[in-house]
Amino acid sequence: MTEIRWHSRAGQGAVSGAKGLGDVVATTGKEVQAFALYGSAKRGAALRAYNRISDEQIFNHAKFMNPDYVLVIDPALAFSDNIEVNEKPETKYIITTHLSKADLIAGIPALHGKEDRVYVVDCVQISLDTIKRSMPNSPMLGAFVKISGMFELDYFLENMKRVLKKFPQKIIDANMEAITRAYNEVN
Amino acid sequence: MAVEFEVNKREVWDGNYAASQALRQADVDVVVAYPITPSTPIVENYGSYVGNGYIDGEFIMVESEHAAMSGCIGASASGGRVATATSSQGFALMVEVLYQASGMRLPIILNVVNRALAAPLNVRGDHADMYLGRDSGWIQFAAFNAQEAYDLALMAFRVAEHHDVRLPTMIHQDGFITSHTAQNVYPLSNEVAAKFVGVIDPIDDMLDFSKPVTYGAQTEEDWHFEHKAKQHKAIIDSVPVIDAIFAEFKELSGREYKRIESYDMEDADVCVIGLGTTVESARVAAKEMRAEGVKAGVVAIRCFRPFPYEELRTVLENCKSIAVTDRSSPGGAMGAFYNEVAAAMMTSQSRPLVTNYIYGLGGRDISIENLKEIFKEQQANADAGYITTDIQQFTNLRGPKLSFFKTDRS
Repeated sequence: MTEIRWHSRAGQGAVSGAKGLGDVVATTGKEVQAFALYGSAKRGAALRAYNRISDEQIFNHAKFMNPDYVLVIDPALAFSDNIEVNEKPETKYIITTHLSKADLIAGIPALHGKEDRVYVVDCVQISLDTIKRSMPNSPMLGAFVKISGMFELDYFLENMKRVLKKFPQKIIDANMEAITRAYNEVN
Repeated sequence: MAVEFEVNKREVWDGNYAASQALRQADVDVVVAYPITPSTPIVENYGSYVGNGYIDGEFIMVESEHAAMSGCIGASASGGRVATATSSQGFALMVEVLYQASGMRLPIILNVVNRALAAPLNVRGDHADMYLGRDSGWIQFAAFNAQEAYDLALMAFRVAEHHDVRLPTMIHQDGFITSHTAQNVYPLSNEVAAKFVGVIDPIDDMLDFSKPVTYGAQTEEDWHFEHKAKQHKAIIDSVPVIDAIFAEFKELSGREYKRIESYDMEDADVCVIGLGTTVESARVAAKEMRAEGVKAGVVAIRCFRPFPYEELRTVLENCKSIAVTDRSSPGGAMGAFYNEVAAAMMTSQSRPLVTNYIYGLGGRDISIENLKEIFKEQQANADAGYITTDIQQFTNLRGPKLSFFKTDRS
C-alpha cells in the first residue's frame, strides 16, 4: 500500500490531481482510492487530499494515514500547515516553492535533518509559464512521477491525455508540457 | 433514440457517479429532485444525461424534498420507472412522503447518501438519516463502497418492481467516504446492465384508462391495520426475491451479495458488526487482530430492512463477545442497531455478550487503531465471561471517556 497526502488550497486542484493520479494508476491494474478533507468549501481554504494505491482491493476507509509521500502544492502551506503530521521515517516530501531546497528547509524546522527526502519544484511558476494560470496540480504530478519512479514519463503522459480528454487540445498540450517540465526540474 | 454513453470495463468513480451511472443504465423514466449535499451529483448527472441525449427521461426540479418525493409518487403511480436521491435534512423533509410511497406500494428507488442531521449543521456522513427511514416501510440496502453503490442501485430496481414485492427501496452509501471517494469500479456494459434490469412492468398504473384505480384512499379503524400488516408482511416476504436477484447478479458479474455479510467468522470468538464503510475498515482491523492471535471477525448488515434476524443468529452463534457499532446519536437509549442485534441474540441458544459503540457522528474518523481497541475490549469480555466495560461507549470522542449502562451481575 502506498499512501499519499496532498496539502493544497481549495481551487488549486489537489482533489482533481488526486483523482487524476488515481485514474492513471488504475490503468496499470492497481486499486486506487482518492478523497479529500475540507471544511467549508471556500476557494483559498487549506485542504488535504489523499490517495491510496495497492495491488489488492482497498478496504481501509479511514482518513488517518501515515503517508509515504507528502505533496505540497501551495508554497505558503509548507510553512503554515503541519505538513509533517503522522510522517514515517521514510516519508518523502515534494514541495512547491521558488526557494532552493536549502533555503526552504532552513525556514521549516520540521524538515531539518530530512534533506535526503525533501524535493522541491516550482509548480506555480511552471503552471504560469505553460497553462498561463496558477494551477500547480499538473506539474506536481510530473514531479511525483519522477520521485516515486512509479511510471515511465511517457506512459503517464499518454494516460493523462485520456483523463483530460474533455478539455480543448490547447489545454491538454499545456498540461503535458507542465508535467514534463516538473518531471525534469524537481530536485 | 438515446446516444450511447461509453463505459470502460474498469473505471475510477466515486459513489455518486457510480449511482448516477446505474440510473442511466437502468433507463429511468423520471427523476424528481431537490438536490442536497452530498447526494447532489447523482441527480445532477442524471439531468445532464437527459440534457445531452444519453437517456430518454425526464428530470424535474422541484421546490423541496417533500415535493420531490411527491413528484416521484405521481410518476410511479403513472407507471414509470422512477428514482431520486437525497441526504440528511432533505431526507428528513421527505419522511412524511416516504410513508405515502410505501403505503401505496410504489416501486420508487431512493439513493440516500448518508449525512448527519443538524444542529449543529454538518455535511459529513453518519447514519442519522438512514435510521430515520427505518420504520417507513421501505426496503433498505447498505453499500460499503462505490462499486456496491452501483451494483445495489441496479439490483434495487429489480427488487422494488418485482410483482411479488412492489415496495420502494433505498440504497444507502456513506456521505463523502463513499460518495466523494474515487475508487476502482467495474461496471457492467450498457447492454448487459439494461438486460439485467429489464423494462418496468407496472401494476395498476394510472395511465391505463381502461382500468381506473385510486391511490391514497382513506381507511380508518376498519381497514388501516390490515393494510399496514400486509405491508409489513410484504417486506418480510421480499426475502426470497432479494436472494434470487442477488444470485442472478452474481452469475452476471461474479460479485456476491448476501443480506448479511460475514468475514472471518468461521471460528471467530469476537466480532464487530456494522453498516457502511466502517465494515471494510473493520475487516482490515480484524486481519491485524488475527495476526496478534485474536480470533476476530466482522459481520455486516447489507439489507437493513427486511432485517435478517434469523441469519444474524446463525452467523453469531459461536461468537462470544459482539460489538455493535452505531453511527447515529442514540438520543437517550442504546443505539437502534444495537437494540436489533441484542433482540436477535436474546432469543438465541448461545446468548453471547453484546456491547454498543457509538462512533463517527458528523463524519468523525474511525481508524484501524480505533477498531482494534474495540476488538481488544471484546476479547477481554470473552476471556472474563462478562462485559468488562459499560455496555454503551463512545469511540474517538474528544474529552473525557463517555459511557453508559452497566451489566447487572448481582
